[in-house]
Amino acid sequence: MLRRFEVHRATSVEEAVDLRVRYGDDAAVYAGGTELLLAMKLGIARWAHLIDVKPIRELSRVAVARDTVRIGATVTHWDLERHPDVTRVLPALARLEASVANVRVRAAGTLAGNIAFAEPHADPPALLVALGARVVARGRRGERTLPLEEFVTGMYQTALGGDEILTAVEVPVPAPDARAAYVKFQVLERPSVGVAIVAKVNGASFAGPPAVVVGAVDELPRRVDTAALAGASLADARVADALAASARAAVSPVADLAGSEEYKRHLVGVFARRALTALAAG
Amino acid sequence: MRQISLRLNGVARTVEIEDQVLLVELVRSLGLTGTKVSCDTEVCGACTVLLDGRPVSACTTLALEADGRSVLTIEGLAKANQLHPLQQAFIDNFAFQCGFCTPGMILAAKALLDERPSPTAEEVRRWMEGNICRCTGYQSIVDAVLDAAGRRP
Ligand SMILES: Cc1cc2nc3c(=O)[nH]c(=O)nc-3n(C[C@H](O)[C@H](O)[C@H](O)COP(=O)(O)OP(=O)(O)OC[C@H]3O[C@@H](n4cnc5c(N)ncnc54)[C@H](O)[C@@H]3O)c2cc1C
Ligand code: FES
Ligand code: FES
Repeated sequence: MLRRFEVHRATSVEEAVDLRVRYGDDAAVYAGGTELLLAMKLGIARWAHLIDVKPIRELSRVAVARDTVRIGATVTHWDLERHPDVTRVLPALARLEASVANVRVRAAGTLAGNIAFAEPHADPPALLVALGARVVARGRRGERTLPLEEFVTGMYQTALGGDEILTAVEVPVPAPDARAAYVKFQVLERPSVGVAIVAKVNGASFAGPPAVVVGAVDELPRRVDTAALAGASLADARVADALAASARAAVSPVADLAGSEEYKRHLVGVFARRALTALAAG
Repeated sequence: MRQISLRLNGVARTVEIEDQVLLVELVRSLGLTGTKVSCDTEVCGACTVLLDGRPVSACTTLALEADGRSVLTIEGLAKANQLHPLQQAFIDNFAFQCGFCTPGMILAAKALLDERPSPTAEEVRRWMEGNICRCTGYQSIVDAVLDAAGRRP
């Protein structure tokens, strides 16, 4: 049972922005509702107005240009795990999407909603940060694009303005010699830890430092210092040790139902190694 | 009040609802009580219905989302006196005891078989991991889905 509210079905971004301006703090943007309706049912949040962005046609598309994959804000996890261009150009993201939540949450939940909610126990942000993704927001004063890393500012906190809506997530097309992998550990509904690695590989060595990002354990996705790994061999056991140590040092885990601070830090080291193994395997 | 038009188990319906009404509340109020609510938090799958063929948690989906779309609940599966192959396979494989999870299990499985008519046991397990059964155990449920895949017309 939900308390009474009104849903406004916006059919253009301009209309959604106008509704945000008109209703201010009494309204929330509503996409798949997998987080929003749950929070409202549990009584954690209450809004008199929901601004439904799903009817906005331009937000439902995935567009692949030469150097960018542009994922519209209402594209769901389900869409992404199946999308032919995403599975071809960003196979690691497609695989990650297939492992989010359960099939029903994937069918309704959007990638933009996942990002906008900024719940730390999430999968996509770690890989998207490692891939250098940006988010596109539109408000009264027009459109702006900012790195995902700057958009998420804390637990459940983002840089989204009170008049803005997210319109897209942009992911740079990886270089032909780049590889990406994401591994996670999960016992409950959401990940306890996730580690993403994106690297250019030359033969069996890193060409430059790999981008490694740890998600879900800390308040924010955390980048791991990998400067020392530039040029190192993927198969060198010392590389795995160094990466694990660096990953553990990069995070301040938040103790919760998924584990204590110490346990999570341990997991981060283990999963940093596994991410490296997954990258080396393909 | 808002008027919505949907196809519910193949039949065109127009209903009046308030915006905050959940899909499970709507279908149950129309007498379709096969759709259950257990966790009420998108975790267990007891409330699974198909919205334009995709499985959703009716416990956390607004009824107005069904406007202009088709909704399939467990009541819409059998044709006249002929059970759907999945229903028959669940009976034949002893895939339920109390039956509370069964409507959701069968609809989740239908969505899988519609997309992938011959899944592996591993694919069935992965797809169904968000549907929880508290009494039967999962082996006979997976067996039933694989059995149904084999019998499909
Ligand atoms: C049982 C369960 C298990 C889950 N497991 C996982 C998991 O394993 N991994 C994982 O990563 N996530 C998981 N999730 C979270 C899931 O990914 C998100 O619920 C979903 O993607 C959120 O998208 P949505 O469209 O449903 O957002 P909504 O619920 O509609 O909105 C979420 C928030 O984002 C805002 N918002 C939505 N769209 C926009 C927009 N375009 N512009 C601005 N603000 C917007 C809303 O106002 C709200 O604050 C799980 C959720 C549940 C319920
Ligand atoms: S009752 Fe809806 S998922 Fe459990
Ligand atoms: S048969 Fe009782 S919960 Fe599954």
